[in-house]
Amino acid sequence: MPTEPVVVVEQLGKVFQVPVREPGLRASLKSLLHRETRAVVAVDAVSFRIEPGEVVGFLGPNGAGKTTTLKMLAGLLHPTSGNCSVLGHEPKGRPAALLRQITLVMGNRNQLQWDLPALDSFELNRAIYRIPRADFLRLRDELIELLELQTLVDKPVRNLSLGERMKVEIAGSLLHQPKVLFLDEPTIGLDITMQKRIRSFVADYNKRYGATVMLTSHYMADVQALCKRVIVIHHGRILFDGALASLAERFSLDKTVTVRLADGEEIKVNAPRGEIAAATGKLLAENDVVDLTIEDAPIEDVIERLFESEPAK
Amino acid sequence: MTVSPNGSLGAESKTHAMGSMYLTLMRTSIISQFQYRAAAYFYMIGMVVEPVIYLIVWSTIARSHGGEVAGFTPGTFAAYYIVWMLVRNVNIVFTPFGWEWRIKEGNFASQLLKPVHPIHYDLAEFAGGKLVVIILWLPIALALSLIFHPSLHPSLLQCGVFFLAIWGAYLIRSLVLWALGLITFWTTRVSALYEAYFLAELLLSGRLVPMQLMPRWAQTLSWAFPFRWTFAFPITALTGPISERELLEGLAMQALWIGVGTIVVMLVWRRAVARFSSVGG
Repeated sequence: MPTEPVVVVEQLGKVFQVPVREPGLRASLKSLLHRETRAVVAVDAVSFRIEPGEVVGFLGPNGAGKTTTLKMLAGLLHPTSGNCSVLGHEPKGRPAALLRQITLVMGNRNQLQWDLPALDSFELNRAIYRIPRADFLRLRDELIELLELQTLVDKPVRNLSLGERMKVEIAGSLLHQPKVLFLDEPTIGLDITMQKRIRSFVADYNKRYGATVMLTSHYMADVQALCKRVIVIHHGRILFDGALASLAERFSLDKTVTVRLADGEEIKVNAPRGEIAAATGKLLAENDVVDLTIEDAPIEDVIERLFESEPAK
Repeated sequence: MTVSPNGSLGAESKTHAMGSMYLTLMRTSIISQFQYRAAAYFYMIGMVVEPVIYLIVWSTIARSHGGEVAGFTPGTFAAYYIVWMLVRNVNIVFTPFGWEWRIKEGNFASQLLKPVHPIHYDLAEFAGGKLVVIILWLPIALALSLIFHPSLHPSLLQCGVFFLAIWGAYLIRSLVLWALGLITFWTTRVSALYEAYFLAELLLSGRLVPMQLMPRWAQTLSWAFPFRWTFAFPITALTGPISERELLEGLAMQALWIGVGTIVVMLVWRRAVARFSSVGG
């Protein structure tokens, strides 16, 4: 049976009017009488759909329009043009029925009560989202266990480290069991262990509850671990939308063959995809090879190549 | 997990759920206040200074004028300013300056993501804080009473109207300052406008001096603004002199301003939130 897409975005655009002023006292005085603004196109006619249960990586350099798009989908920003819907609702009206089913976690933002233990903030979310107490207690304890928060939830949030706070934030954002998760840099500033823990938690949550996840991250490891599909955005426009594997195929023309010889020496050869078999055969014929690996170029390099293919505006 | 996936979590009625949310927010606010007990005491000391200065000045003037100014004796001044202190504390709401901070720091986004109008957070959070303030006010009022001997003889009706009027004043001030704070969505630095508002409030509300001591034109002008219903009316409701008719008229005027404030907030909010640019977060 066909299912409706969870997220539908059609020709979505957002233009910010940014004040412009030259430096100096004279320009300052002039701006009192006449204020100039410049239109900055943050998102430019973007279209895509996300099916239920998908985990989609939303990639792009700083200022590409990722966060602006997520904020429009979460109802924080009103689009300048185009349409979007999430779970059949138009986000810009911030209907309560939608807000009860989504969450937006921003890695650099605190949504919990700063001075109180997280347990108090959790209780507040219970009341705000009208979660029946029995369900709340069950899910709260489940999240505490999954994210290993036992020793953290009774400390004031201000006393937690960045990584600890992020884990607690994520738990607080999921208490109402959202069906759609917008995760904006959820692992930013965290150490490798914490990044891995959050990644595996998101994957587990997606599997367990069938939630749809849209994730932005500068850490490609996040994307590789979680997302089969990626949308690459640059200068507010979509450059690529498809499987992560096909992104590598399309933009990574070279592969790298690495061989280790009997004497311990390592040789690396880059070759175009079509010539990789011949290059490997030559290496094997000419050397005393004990180990061999063939790899695509790192995904970071692939993405970089993709951005380079799009001239700056 | 039995939470319904369609967003209608649980079987609580909307009113019951809203009541539960208010109680939880108020409780959280009280817990927060007790996190900083010393700050709460310093805050109260700060709050005592302003009315005590007014009280000493006006009591001195009354004595130098044969013990009375426009019907106010040192005892009635004492009653006015001791009750003033409670009314002022209940009147403290989320100010437009807070809005500047919210918008500049990008702290508003998390509230917009919640399925409840953000005004409820401010109303509930500040209402919760009042309970702490009232507890702290009681010993201070007792001490000031021993020093200044207030002349205070309210009737039962006056006490009942006073109780309603302080919360009416709280609602009016919350709504008016919320509407004013929403200007921040258009321009993030509007402190000067807020200062002008607070100056007008100081003069036309009964905060600086009882309205009876103001010039006739100022008393007439004060009817066109919400200020007097947030200070002078609740104070006078308890201290008197005030007739039963004036008590009921005062409550009716408060209800009118609550209605006006609600409509203004609803109208401005729709336009303001459409302009929200979610600065820095």
